[in-house]
Amino acid sequence: MIGPDDLWWVLLIKCGVLVVFLLTAFAYLTLAERKISARIQLRYGPNRVGPFGMLQPAADGLKLFFKENVAPAERDKILYLVGPSLAGGAALLAYAVIPWGTNNWFGHVFHWDIAHVNVGLLFILGVTSLGVYSLFLGGFASNSKYSLLGGLRSSAQLISYEMAVSFALIGVVILSGSLDLEHIVGSQQGLWFIVLQPLAFILYFTAAFAETNRLPFDLPEAETELIAGYHTEYSAMRFGLYFLGEYINMVTVCSIATALFLGGWLPLLPFHPFDWIPGPIWFLGKVLVLLFVMIWVRWTLPRLRYDRLMNFGWKVLMPLGLINIVVTGAVVALRA
Amino acid sequence: MLSGYAPILFFFGICAAFAVLAQFLNAALGPKRPSPTKDLPYESGIVPRESARRRFSVSFYVTAMLFIIFDVESIFLFPWATIVRELKVFGIVEMGIFIATLLVGLLYVWRKGALRWD
Repeated sequence: MIGPDDLWWVLLIKCGVLVVFLLTAFAYLTLAERKISARIQLRYGPNRVGPFGMLQPAADGLKLFFKENVAPAERDKILYLVGPSLAGGAALLAYAVIPWGTNNWFGHVFHWDIAHVNVGLLFILGVTSLGVYSLFLGGFASNSKYSLLGGLRSSAQLISYEMAVSFALIGVVILSGSLDLEHIVGSQQGLWFIVLQPLAFILYFTAAFAETNRLPFDLPEAETELIAGYHTEYSAMRFGLYFLGEYINMVTVCSIATALFLGGWLPLLPFHPFDWIPGPIWFLGKVLVLLFVMIWVRWTLPRLRYDRLMNFGWKVLMPLGLINIVVTGAVVALRA
Repeated sequence: MLSGYAPILFFFGICAAFAVLAQFLNAALGPKRPSPTKDLPYESGIVPRESARRRFSVSFYVTAMLFIIFDVESIFLFPWATIVRELKVFGIVEMGIFIATLLVGLLYVWRKGALRWD
């Protein structure tokens, strides 16, 4: 049966809407970051371009296109260009399978996500880990000492915390018995997985800060020791693409946390008037709350020292993740 | 089932086009005023000494190797996690042995000091 998901123009519209949504989210996340940090530090933040500084992101974005690309002469010409494109492109691509909800219109099931695959979770983990390459290639190709150190640090940090992420997510997979993101959200009907897997949620959200290079784990670009880390030698839109990748990754990790732990598009309480609000709105609301927490934490906590960061990943998050898997697996298997 | 991936391929094209176009537009629109000083890598204001391509701490290599071991472990855990309900006790015992083996490995590496950064 041909549903609306099989029509090519529906796909085209969905892709267009998603790209516009992600770019807008990126733009206004930077503004939100600056506004919230300003409030935390008792400042006003950007308030000159447009009402309440609402047009500031547009001005910044346009400016990046019209700036000169300053690049070191002894760079690796090709890898230097691959780095930023990979950072921006992979961040956008990972969002293709995030489940925004389903609707049943005139007997046809309509999915709000671009692609509905049965290994959606693995797809996201795979694509987001491409980010490691972009950071390391950028740092290595610049042929600058700060860039190289930043690239090395970030690749070691990202791969260490990637395992913490996978181990935390396996607990949810055990409970729902599927890697299909829509199925995982559907199996949270009545009880969100954050209640059954509080440890996994804490592990995942902590590791997510490291995966997106945010404070207190922003060692790859620790200003006081590495200037700007892996993107020291990048300017104009090449820097902009790294920046875009970082902020869209924030949206992605918060969306995964929403889908896996906070019930995705399911309403807060399963009755009127809560179920009157459409699913995608619920999803967006939960993502926004998590994004606010990420910004809040960044402007509250100081940066960790590098050895402590690596120790925390290997000696705290990973063993806890393994214990969580064994306990969850045992309980599920024995009760089945 | 593979047809589910066609939209992803299509979206991949859009993402790639965006990533290339953003750099291309910037290169076309931005000014170009090269100078010998701009061509140097940044080194806190002094003229750079030596190349940046030099040897770095062995800890990074160790971390990369350990990552491969445990990442492969997590790949084995994902399919197991989806059918643990059907496997019941058998699955728990088998995966328990597997995880325990790797945990012993982690403890060994830990005790050997391979996870130390100094």
